Amino acid sequence: MSAHVVPTRVYYTIFAILMVCTGLTVWIAFLDLGPLNTIAALGIAVFKATLVVLFFMHVKYSTRLTWAVVLGSVFWFGILIALTMSDYLTRAWRTFG
Amino acid sequence: MLPEAAHHHAVPGLAHHFDSLEQQTEATTLGMWVFLVTEVLFFGGLFLVYTVYRNWYPGAFVAASHELDVTLGTINTAVLITSSLTMALAVHAAQLGRRKALMLLLGATMILGGIFLGIKSVEYYHKFVEHHVPGPAFQFEKEYFRHAQIFFSLYFLMTGLHALHMIIGFGIMLWMLIWAWNGTITKEYFSPIEISGLYWHFVDIVWIFLFPLLYLIGRHAH
Repeated sequence: MSAHVVPTRVYYTIFAILMVCTGLTVWIAFLDLGPLNTIAALGIAVFKATLVVLFFMHVKYSTRLTWAVVLGSVFWFGILIALTMSDYLTRAWRTFG
Repeated sequence: MLPEAAHHHAVPGLAHHFDSLEQQTEATTLGMWVFLVTEVLFFGGLFLVYTVYRNWYPGAFVAASHELDVTLGTINTAVLITSSLTMALAVHAAQLGRRKALMLLLGATMILGGIFLGIKSVEYYHKFVEHHVPGPAFQFEKEYFRHAQIFFSLYFLMTGLHALHMIIGFGIMLWMLIWAWNGTITKEYFSPIEISGLYWHFVDIVWIFLFPLLYLIGRHAH
């Protein structure tokens, strides 16, 4: 329910985790992990965004309809990236034509 | 007048087509989320373009990305996350009917948003001085001259669109501050603060992705 009052300690905890993750992502960026650098940077960003959506934006306490709308937007964005990149990333594979 | 309708007029902030404030709050929250989905579509297209070009010209994107100031980018990320905290606490204050705290927290959110935009302006200024703005005055190492301009075009487009959202968010916060001050916002009718908060947090999330994509990825390569 939107009227759910979230205790402030939840907000402070999420804030602390977000700040630690920001420091972590900057630190990792300067290490040479090869392709893992990109995965780590995006993984941490997705984790941070999820915390913001669930707690700061109260989706954790929202109706199922809100959940469906939120997940729908993520799913749509996934289709956009997956289908487009399945074209661009595989163009070099062509062996005929 | 029906007894039910008469009852409605006794509840400030409740529109006549809703049964209760709870139902109204649920509807406004859902409506705001539907709007935010269109915002995901809006920014999503740009993130897609960025992904495609980054895969086409990885060398140029790494070289151009190194010209951005990680320190300022990190500070701005922290500033924005802190503004999301003050916004979340503002919603909390509104729900409890703490008018003074609500006004202070909205003010803090606005100040932090202003600091973000100030730091962003300094970064833009540096880019102009360094001739890293795409166009006739653009200067970059020869190998990446053309493709680095694509990176900087996307940098200005994406951070510029984000900054525009911040400016709009600043205006919404000012509006909410006036509503908190004149007593429109009450313990029962707090949903304007709630959905303004949803907008503010969404803009924060966009930056959570822009920061690693523009500033960090490829940083280790030099």
